[in-house]
Amino acid sequence: MSRRVVITGLGPITAFGVGIEPLWRAMVEGRSAIARIDRFDPCGFVCKIAAQLSAELFDVRKVVPRSYRKATKVMCRDTELAVGGAAAAVEDAGLVTKAVDPDAEPTIASPRLGCHIGAGLVAADVNELAAALWTSRTDSGELDLRHWGSSGMENLTPLWLLKYLPNMLACHVTIIHDCQGPSNTITCCEASSGLSIGESMRVIQRGAADACLSGGVESKVNPMAFLRQQFAGRLATTGNGESPQEVVRPFDVAARGTIIGEGGGIVIVEALEVAENRRATPYAELLSFASTQSHCPDTIGLEIESDGRGVADAIEIALQQAETNATDIDAIVPLGSSIPCVDQAESAAIKRVFGPRAASIPLITTVPNAGNCNAGAGTVAVAVAAMALKAQMLPARINCEVADGLDAGACSSRNAALSHILVFSTSQGGQNVAFVLGRVMSDE
Amino acid sequence: MSTQTSPPRVVITGMGWITPLGHDLQSVWSNLINGQSGVTQIERFDAATFPTSFAAQVRDYDFREYLRDPALHKHAAVNTQFALGAARQAWDQACLGAAPGLDGRRVGIYLGAGEGVLDFDAYARVDIASWDPEQDAIDTPRWAQAAGELMDPWREIGQEPNMPVSHLAREFGIRGPAYNCLTACAASTQAIGEACDILRRGDADVMVSGGTHTMIHVLGVTGFIRLTALSKGTDDITRVSRPFDRRRSGFVMGEGSGIVILETLDHALARDATPIAEIIGYGSTADAFRITDMHPDGRGPAAAVIEALNQAGIDPRATDDDGRPPIHYISAHGTGTQENDAVETLAIKRVFGDNAPKIPISSTKSMMGHLIAAAGAVELIACVLAIQHQMLPPTINLREPDPELDLDYVPNKARRAKVDVCLSDSFGFGGQNDTLIVRRYEA
Repeated sequence: MSRRVVITGLGPITAFGVGIEPLWRAMVEGRSAIARIDRFDPCGFVCKIAAQLSAELFDVRKVVPRSYRKATKVMCRDTELAVGGAAAAVEDAGLVTKAVDPDAEPTIASPRLGCHIGAGLVAADVNELAAALWTSRTDSGELDLRHWGSSGMENLTPLWLLKYLPNMLACHVTIIHDCQGPSNTITCCEASSGLSIGESMRVIQRGAADACLSGGVESKVNPMAFLRQQFAGRLATTGNGESPQEVVRPFDVAARGTIIGEGGGIVIVEALEVAENRRATPYAELLSFASTQSHCPDTIGLEIESDGRGVADAIEIALQQAETNATDIDAIVPLGSSIPCVDQAESAAIKRVFGPRAASIPLITTVPNAGNCNAGAGTVAVAVAAMALKAQMLPARINCEVADGLDAGACSSRNAALSHILVFSTSQGGQNVAFVLGRVMSDE
Repeated sequence: MSTQTSPPRVVITGMGWITPLGHDLQSVWSNLINGQSGVTQIERFDAATFPTSFAAQVRDYDFREYLRDPALHKHAAVNTQFALGAARQAWDQACLGAAPGLDGRRVGIYLGAGEGVLDFDAYARVDIASWDPEQDAIDTPRWAQAAGELMDPWREIGQEPNMPVSHLAREFGIRGPAYNCLTACAASTQAIGEACDILRRGDADVMVSGGTHTMIHVLGVTGFIRLTALSKGTDDITRVSRPFDRRRSGFVMGEGSGIVILETLDHALARDATPIAEIIGYGSTADAFRITDMHPDGRGPAAAVIEALNQAGIDPRATDDDGRPPIHYISAHGTGTQENDAVETLAIKRVFGDNAPKIPISSTKSMMGHLIAAAGAVELIACVLAIQHQMLPPTINLREPDPELDLDYVPNKARRAKVDVCLSDSFGFGGQNDTLIVRRYEA
């Protein structure tokens, strides 16, 4: 019998702010953080809106130990957000790490503390790169490679490359919190968070760690990453005068593309017996985890099979491994990106697994509120699911008016008896992930 | 107090690689044993004025020869092209194409693949065209317009690091657990280790694993030069990748892919496949020290090795009746930077004690360069070939021993040896350390 694994701390970081409290409040109140982009001038892109975390709500220099403040200069935006999410998760779980008190005994011995943070393709800052390239231009506006090689490249800071390696998210977090156990960086677009949390669970089950900082973070709110999403045809076209907060409508027949959010976050995944020994109160138990690959007709996974087969396989394995039946599932958190062909595959998968019951299991959608956080999306989903189990409450849903055969339409939040929540995600590329989260009954 | 039955054994049933020293198992192995260097001047772009203008490149390679329907992969980036060729070799060696009733849902994939390659020429034109010197910033609307006109959408989409996974899944009908990890230079070792765990816990019967990467492009080479990680030598470029030598001054970039087919032993035997070797240990740790430096005590690498040895049930200080250590060869990370080779040597001494000088260690990076995310997979394959051929690949260019580095690095000439158990180390920028132990297959 393998070790039971629970979630003891939530550190989502979203456009609503840092930590579970602002996210959950917005979810319950049915608010969206999507607004016109102010990080760069979005004129020239088909989509001009996103869910951005403002500087008033988050300053990375305030969440790192004083001794680490200098290192924030070599952090890209994704790393900053990962560091912020990790600080929130560690605090929420009541863990003492090196960052909390460098002189105290850590709650989890450093070699037993792991770290799995999903990441995306981190885009280099165009201003930083262009400023350097500009120094090596020819008269005709091309780059003079001879000049670049002999001196132009010296206009790039020596650590430039290290800023943008996807594993720098986990690297900074492991240094700050002294996680010396297994650490990984999984890069599978929207499935990255789920695969990372699943790997933490397996690492703990096989005894290689007692707890992990786990999740995923991404910010595609920059011109280069935004351009790639536009090229991939995933963004909703905006600019026809409608409210930015109403554009994302997952599973609606009028869904027409996703909107990028920045963030994701970190959760603390911990062995149940370790949590019990330190008298921590878990939010939820990770009952199962499954990963599959969909068949992608276009090979590269912008399209996935419309019958939802690969996604359904992941859900079915997750149900089996959790020793639950389809009838035990009280709510479902899909990716719900509002990209029509992806919604279609997710919808088909739910119907394939749950049959006639599909129409009556409430979905929880997060993308209309916090945007699609890409590699971070699954952490937002897991954090909301864990909080719903703890609060015994279904958050509100917004925007979706006509859902085809699913309980996905707009509605207010309500109290609900929740014992099992299914969280699943597809991804650009065809990797799928599914979990069953179970309610943890308090002994007291 | 465990009453569990022992977990399933995991074996390798197929291997393939696309490397700077060739495109098939035998020719690359011959070149390694002959101490051949794959380093040449960079041909991908005009690097003439770059402080480092050479690398070990994959040459004369056409991935379409390995595919039944190349049109399915028309958008494959260079790293994906490498992986498709390597995977085809491994898949065929494992005879999986002929496996009756193979259920795609029980076949998974876990790669440690790097990102694809930016269309740098177009990108630079876009940046220069939209730079506003008065604002000291990009004019973003102009940038977006120029990018829309000049950049190839497919090349941009194809840079996501999960793209090789998606292409391989399509080519081989894979529907099981699917992952890509990107822990810099440790990625493919970590991918193989985690793929073994997926098999051991029963979530799949077969895993396609390994890595693929190229950073031999303008920004990749620039990035490593700025980090002062690359060897600079100007004399004979085939001699400047010199791990463990006193004059070592950095690594030489390589590129390519290594793919292995991993399988539970029961599954392999049930379909009459031939196990080539068994993976018996995996360890993974983080340095948690600095983003640029390894911990000077080698604590992270040593801990990863110890974890792998524990999993394999091997006492590093034990000897057999002939006084032989329990590990017969270490494929070092051995990048040829001052720091790596010193810390790695220290870690080996810390773990193996009196056994350390008796264990031959070599770095194939001296010949193939550093394949970055793909390095670990290629080096694991070299370990398996060492077991098959009872021969150790050398560390070439080791002409001036470093007095501080006093272990047996198999200098310059391949060596015949009795080899049954090998250990392969990979360390990534940012502090990820991963170790695999592979053993000759015995029933």
